[in-house]
Amino acid sequence: MIHQITAIFTIAQRDFTKLLRDRARILATFIFPFLFIGILGTSLESNLPPDIGYSFKVFVFTGVLAQTLFQSTASGIISLIEDRENDFSQEIFVSPISRYSIIIGKILGETMVSMTQGLGIIAFGLLIGVPLSLEKLILMFPAGLMACLFGGAFGILVLSNLKSQRAANQIFPFIIFPQFFLAGVFNPIKSLPPLLHILSRAMPMTYAVDLMRGVYYANSPEKNLIVLHSISWNTLVISVVFMIFLLLGTALFINNEKNK
Amino acid sequence: MKDTVIEVKNLVKKYKKANTPAVDGISFNVKRGEFFALLGPNGAGKTTTISILTTILSKTEGVVKIANYDIEKEADKIRKSIGIIFQNPSLDLNLTAEENIRFHALIYGLYPFRPSFSLMSEEYRREVIKLAEIIGIKNDITKPVKTFSGGMKRKLEIVRSLIHKPKVLFLDEPTSGLDPASRKNLWKYLQDIRKKYKTTIFLTTHYLEEAEDADRVLIIDQGKIVTLGTPAKIKKDLIDSSIILNAKDKAALRSELDAMKLDYEGHGPFKIKLNGKNAQEIIKSIKSDLTYLDINNPKLEDAYLKLIAKGNK
Repeated sequence: MIHQITAIFTIAQRDFTKLLRDRARILATFIFPFLFIGILGTSLESNLPPDIGYSFKVFVFTGVLAQTLFQSTASGIISLIEDRENDFSQEIFVSPISRYSIIIGKILGETMVSMTQGLGIIAFGLLIGVPLSLEKLILMFPAGLMACLFGGAFGILVLSNLKSQRAANQIFPFIIFPQFFLAGVFNPIKSLPPLLHILSRAMPMTYAVDLMRGVYYANSPEKNLIVLHSISWNTLVISVVFMIFLLLGTALFINNEKNK
Repeated sequence: MKDTVIEVKNLVKKYKKANTPAVDGISFNVKRGEFFALLGPNGAGKTTTISILTTILSKTEGVVKIANYDIEKEADKIRKSIGIIFQNPSLDLNLTAEENIRFHALIYGLYPFRPSFSLMSEEYRREVIKLAEIIGIKNDITKPVKTFSGGMKRKLEIVRSLIHKPKVLFLDEPTSGLDPASRKNLWKYLQDIRKKYKTTIFLTTHYLEEAEDADRVLIIDQGKIVTLGTPAKIKKDLIDSSIILNAKDKAALRSELDAMKLDYEGHGPFKIKLNGKNAQEIIKSIKSDLTYLDINNPKLEDAYLKLIAKGNK
């Protein structure tokens, strides 16, 4: 057991070390959040009628924060494919550790990477005047962590069905971009036509985003205009689906690796 | 069977999308401490075999045991008992040499986790410095591996694979992609390691001179065993050694060869098949003045080429 925990930490640390060495990647990960919050959020806020009842900038900020944590962890997990192509994965896969430890280590490592990015987004939010109290930040931390872990499990499921980095680069945008809009990262989805409503509620990212907003807008008058589900409902959905994604994704991934 | 460290019985591997099996019913044993070479042309099934033996790939049929553990049921115990050098380098190029070694040591559960070199146990630090000295990278240990040459990377992989003291070291074409000088250098290093640690070595290669030093050689082609034995036996079975002689007085030499009832061909120079006879004895008893003498002791390569040619007919 100690051995498995050591292995999980070791694998996680490697991902974090790699982030710190890759300055270009650090910069690149901030570009989209800054564009979305800074330009999209601010411009919509300036042009929408003031009577919508809430700040659009803050709405986009909370959405992008959860979306970045979810997506960054998911795409980080897909780097297991890159490892496979560089053959580093062989080193991991012949080692005497549980296959689940490999996946959990990877999710943990990518979570640390995403949380670091999250700190950058929060700093940016403070800079452009998003109201954030220390108390709120502390409460947002577990919601952020859940968004990361959930994204990680989602990443494993996607990964287990992909053969190469090329396939990943081509397919990943198709499964992530629709979620941006269906999860309501920058667009309100409180009321939607039936088809979009079903699709929206079927997207994993919806729950990560809504949980973050549920925590941020807790006890505030805007809550009923923005938040879809209760914190406990979001937490339950995320926990159950997380387990399904993780177990199914890992089983499929190992099976595909061995049974060629 | 106490001395057997690898046991393979009727191993078959058929890839999902393939029509014919990549490995088609091979059986062999490897003894403890043996230097065993698996030889074959590209696509013979070498990498498939080694991937199955190292638990990366599952087999279709057959029995595989390593250190007496079953490959299906006790894969974890096998993973602990083996070290592997892959055909494609498996280092993380963004990490330093030391970080690559530490990663390995930690996932093999050799030391408790600590987030940096200086916080690792003293035993580990001493070991790493010792290893770095052996491969001559003591001053480069904190540099990213991407700055290393091909030969250095290979050596680093070998020391890395040895830190958990494996019973069997698998090497899948370890010198492919290296220039001849680094190849020779690496090979010498590997022989030293072998003497020092008495590790069983399982090598796949298509460089025949590397298999020449093996205790036994298994040649496979198209997934099937062509031959198995010591390099000497394979050579003897396949190509007879010969001597080539010539003299000014070819007729005199010919009558001498006839008198000794030797099996020869040519009209000068004469190629004399030894058929197990001692070359020196033959040369000693020849009276004619020789103008040319060459002892043709075939390399394993000749035997190998002959075998593969036969298989493809």
